[in-house]
Amino acid sequence: MEIEQSYIKIYKDFGQLIKDNSAEVMNRERDKAFARFEELGFPTTKLEDYKHTDIRSRYAIDFGMNIRRVEFPINPYSVFKCDVPGINSHLFFIVNDSFYHDPQGDTTNKEIEDLISQGVLIGSLKEHAEKQPDLVAKYYGKAANVQNDGSVAFNAAFAQDGFFLYVPKNVVIEKPIQLINVMRATTDTMANSRNLIVLEEGAKAKFLVCAHTMDACNFLSNRVTEVFVGKNASYEHYKLENTSYNMTNIGSLYVEQSEGSNVLVNEMTLHNGFTRNNICINLNGEHAEALLCGMAIGDKEELIDNTTAINHNVSHCHSKELYKYVLNDKATGVFAGRILVKQDAQKTEAYQSNKNLCATKDAHVYSKPQLEIYADDVKCSHGATTGQIDDNALFYMRSRGISEREARMLLMLAFTNDVIENISVEALKNRIHLLVEKRFRGELSKCAGCIICKE
Amino acid sequence: MEENIVDKVTQGEYKYGFVTDIETEIIPKGLNEDIIRIISKKKEEPDWLLDLRLKAYRHWCTLKMPHWAHLNIPEIDYQNIYYFAAPKSNPAPKDLSEVDPELIKTFNKLGIPLEEQKQLSGMAVDAVMDSISVKTTYKENLAELGIIFCSFSEAVRDYPDLVRQYFGSVVPYTDNFFAALNSAVFSDGSFIYIPKGVRCPMELSTYFRINAAQTGQFERTLIIADDDSYVSYLEGCTAPMRDENQLHAAIVELVVHDRAEIKYSTVQNWYPGDKQGKGGIYNFVTKRALCKGDDSKISWTQVETGSAITWKYPSCILMGNNSVGEFYSVAVTNNYQQADTGTKMIHIGKNTKSHVVSKGISAGHSQNSYRGLVKISQKADGARNFSQCDSLLLGDKCGAHTFPYMDIHNDTAIVEHEATTSKINEDQIFYCNQRGISNEDAVGLIVNGYAKEVINKLPMEFAVEAQKLLSISLENSVG
Repeated sequence: MEIEQSYIKIYKDFGQLIKDNSAEVMNRERDKAFARFEELGFPTTKLEDYKHTDIRSRYAIDFGMNIRRVEFPINPYSVFKCDVPGINSHLFFIVNDSFYHDPQGDTTNKEIEDLISQGVLIGSLKEHAEKQPDLVAKYYGKAANVQNDGSVAFNAAFAQDGFFLYVPKNVVIEKPIQLINVMRATTDTMANSRNLIVLEEGAKAKFLVCAHTMDACNFLSNRVTEVFVGKNASYEHYKLENTSYNMTNIGSLYVEQSEGSNVLVNEMTLHNGFTRNNICINLNGEHAEALLCGMAIGDKEELIDNTTAINHNVSHCHSKELYKYVLNDKATGVFAGRILVKQDAQKTEAYQSNKNLCATKDAHVYSKPQLEIYADDVKCSHGATTGQIDDNALFYMRSRGISEREARMLLMLAFTNDVIENISVEALKNRIHLLVEKRFRGELSKCAGCIICKE
Repeated sequence: MEENIVDKVTQGEYKYGFVTDIETEIIPKGLNEDIIRIISKKKEEPDWLLDLRLKAYRHWCTLKMPHWAHLNIPEIDYQNIYYFAAPKSNPAPKDLSEVDPELIKTFNKLGIPLEEQKQLSGMAVDAVMDSISVKTTYKENLAELGIIFCSFSEAVRDYPDLVRQYFGSVVPYTDNFFAALNSAVFSDGSFIYIPKGVRCPMELSTYFRINAAQTGQFERTLIIADDDSYVSYLEGCTAPMRDENQLHAAIVELVVHDRAEIKYSTVQNWYPGDKQGKGGIYNFVTKRALCKGDDSKISWTQVETGSAITWKYPSCILMGNNSVGEFYSVAVTNNYQQADTGTKMIHIGKNTKSHVVSKGISAGHSQNSYRGLVKISQKADGARNFSQCDSLLLGDKCGAHTFPYMDIHNDTAIVEHEATTSKINEDQIFYCNQRGISNEDAVGLIVNGYAKEVINKLPMEFAVEAQKLLSISLENSVG
């Protein structure tokens, strides 16, 4: 428990300071979450869900935490050029663990004002929790699994701010909302932040989260996102990770779906250090649909772990899951997908597929697709494959004058294409096509420590 | 209407539930070093085996029962079990006339051709009741070919070098909780050695029977196939109907040398408990095969219809280059039965192949899980695996689960896993109905067709039995 002890001490010494710099609603469960963290500690590899992913040791670095909420002297709007050219989005930043307010930034532009006039709430979670305590309290912490996951409990104890989006009934936000998590510091830094997204009945929104690092220090981010999707609402969630090798990224996404709602989650990891994505989708209303997909490209000694759970709690829901990994060098890919069909969830359709491409001997894949089914009138299947590029396909291309390198790349691109095709934002799709291609050409990893001058 | 059929098909009676009234010699209940010494003494074992038992026992004392499986196992009181029970009879029967007639009646009732007159069935049988091997048939004929087929105790006595060389080499006592327990208290089982270049001319088989109350059965099977040999081995198991739960914790070790092949088939039909889930056998078995030589092959086929709780993973360690592992399984659970079964395929040698077909059928309130591991180690170039796990659900109170694990450490490996879960298609039943086939028969047909792929892998005599067993297990349960 030595690793935990240092954090326990921080909380005991600075607990009040953490609370003073956060909102009352977020503080309500803070002590309880901390007590739970004290009991659980960080997840160890002895736990089935963390068998191949030792996140505990990643906390061992003596990270600094910005408890006093000192503002970091940068303006990401001017420093950071969005690397999705042509994307027309509402842009927001979380620098380390705080929501960034820009006097000239997007929060004050006309389009946002227009949305606000329709009842949309958007911006810092801390501020909205202070302004609308009842609304935030109704949802905050209601989906996250504080009880069983030490890492989530840790986040609930330490997170002070984050992003908040509330879309009222029947309001449609056409433009995607883009949230960029930037890690920027001169010393090793940890960030705990919290996102809360609520869509009321019939609302529509697209949300794109990008994770980036701008310095070469050791970073750790532990972010928990809770999403509540109302009746017949439609929500798209994209996560694009393009961080440095020194980054530990722990992301937990909890989605609660009501009747007839439609959710798309697409998580893409292009370049990273150590990534753990927990995704849990609860289908709580009949006729809800969920499409969960993801892709990971790993090389060097990167580790990408996607642990997903789709829970069919009621009947007549559909879910589809697709994960693809391309691994090179000594990269490790972990996929654990669980589909749970509760006893009365009849007429469920759930499909899951995990495909992995291993390019070297030292690349490891741990795949664990699981079905847990307690109802009989269901159609469920899962499939998992691991292999390498088809020699025949390679030969076919080479016999037509395409170099081996190029042919390999084309095949790998084709392999990842089904995941990319699930992106409905055209500009983003094109951009990701390009980024993936660059990634396979090795151009992206060359300057992975720095993201700024990528163009 | 449909409900009725389901009920009917799933509520067949267990027909092997009788108790043989035979004098049984048992030792006091409980487990301690003295008990182990008594067991060892009764079996006139050499010191090295006793030492091994004691070592295993001491190791077992440091272990806790694992609870990771998707099973709900009531607390087991290991001190409330008789660890040794044997039908009392004169030492070592030489031929059939010396075997207790009650015993022969028992095995006849089970339809096991213990009597030589049933020679036509052409199968060599070793019958194990409680802790003792009762009689092995055809021993002489086999001996002419150099094949050793005898009870484990005889093997310890007559072939100590062979036993010592291989015993615990595949499943060491430190392997797991039940392996340690078994290594400490194991009673009897079968021992088979097939010499170089010999193809065993007949199916070898063992029938296991638990008879005495409150006993546990801890048998130990060791099969060694030397270079270029082949053997097909079958085991069958039954037990009387009792309200209490009885523990069966066996170890099966197979060693396959260069170019040899072992085909191991199981029809497991321990008493599954009554409709309320009372009683039944806990079947916690460690089965493992080591493909030691190049081009060796292991094939596991199992039909699991009995036991209150089944918890076993017959595995293959594919160490030799080009070795092949196969696993075919049908697991049926009904009423309150639980099963967590599957296989482990550990690829170590180059160009190793494995094939897994698992068919789960759950009915009533039962829970049926497939749990399997496919591991491709870094050196296993060109390894290939294909796994298919299908589950069929009959009824809305049962569960079917799939937990495959794939650990891949080599880029040349091709690993595929596929699983589906569904119920019997109403269209299929309708189609049969239209052609004048009753609902019940239709379900029987569909289930049999569903399991055919596996049952076809069984030797013929067993295939017929397995098919019958399948329809009995599911009698009154169509969905």
